Amino acid sequence: MGVDNPLGENIITTSLDKLVNWSRKSSIWPMTFGLACCAIEMMATGASHNDLDRFGIIFRASPRQSDCIIIAGTVTKKMLPVIKTVYEQMPEPKWVVAMGACACSGGVFDTYSVVQGIDEALPVDVYIPGCPPRPEALLFGLLKLQDKIWNDKNSFGSAIGLGTRIDGATA
Amino acid sequence: MAENNRAVLKLKEKFASSIIDVVEFRGEVTVTVKKDSIIDVLMFLKQSLQYNLLTDLTAVDYLGKKEDRFMMVYQLYSIPNKDCVRIKTPVSEADCSIPTATQVWRTANWLERETYDLFGITFDQHPDLRRILMTDDWVGHPLRKDYPLQGPDREPYKGRLS
Repeated sequence: MGVDNPLGENIITTSLDKLVNWSRKSSIWPMTFGLACCAIEMMATGASHNDLDRFGIIFRASPRQSDCIIIAGTVTKKMLPVIKTVYEQMPEPKWVVAMGACACSGGVFDTYSVVQGIDEALPVDVYIPGCPPRPEALLFGLLKLQDKIWNDKNSFGSAIGLGTRIDGATA
Repeated sequence: MAENNRAVLKLKEKFASSIIDVVEFRGEVTVTVKKDSIIDVLMFLKQSLQYNLLTDLTAVDYLGKKEDRFMMVYQLYSIPNKDCVRIKTPVSEADCSIPTATQVWRTANWLERETYDLFGITFDQHPDLRRILMTDDWVGHPLRKDYPLQGPDREPYKGRLS
């Protein structure tokens, strides 16, 4: 057919970025962490009807095994240090999804005790509006996160000290 | 009728000089007593009239509406007699403390911590008077009417066009 296959039948070539990003986006392991009614929708999204497992999204019970945290609910000022601790315990690379109006902006809780958006404390990758967002919305948000991870440039290289990482959202 | 309520009859008999007011509204009897005799009244209600369950203990802030700013509220229930009574007592802002009810019902411990946390009323002789809902380093008492809703460090909301 005019195409040489010098490496044989069982070898394909690709870029390191593609390989790393493909494996990362296909195995997003979010922290099992719910704060309010959004957590109910998050559980529904994980259950059989919507089935997050088919995207390789498997909830983990330990931050040490997670690379994503879904802030599913109202963040109170009293809860914030706990969330920060859990986030800091997660290994790099890690992503944050703000699920629902409360996590995005404080929502209806414009009061002294509620953090007005988790982006005051953590670097948010995806914002999902809704009160609470339906499972479809959460699913869409997580697919957006997959797109973002897929478009990352040199994230592996920067991790081993070669060059800088270019974020998927700006690339 | 409040006059025929068993608790009111006994309280009028025993604490006539301490009772400020007796009100019945929709079958709920409320007795307001003076702060000095509150523990005696509560102890009597528990030991002699079998009001053995302290359902709730809280306070109300009547800022600018009453002479004594706070009103302590004790919701009592008698399990053997299946009836309720509400005891209130005024607490002034100048002398913002009241004897603890933990000596009567141990349930009062956390309820008084909550009232201390949110209203700033101190409970004398309380075994463990710490904040219970807000963080330990919180400044102010959020359920007071003069506490800004969005917190002291934020510009208050003035309507959606502001």
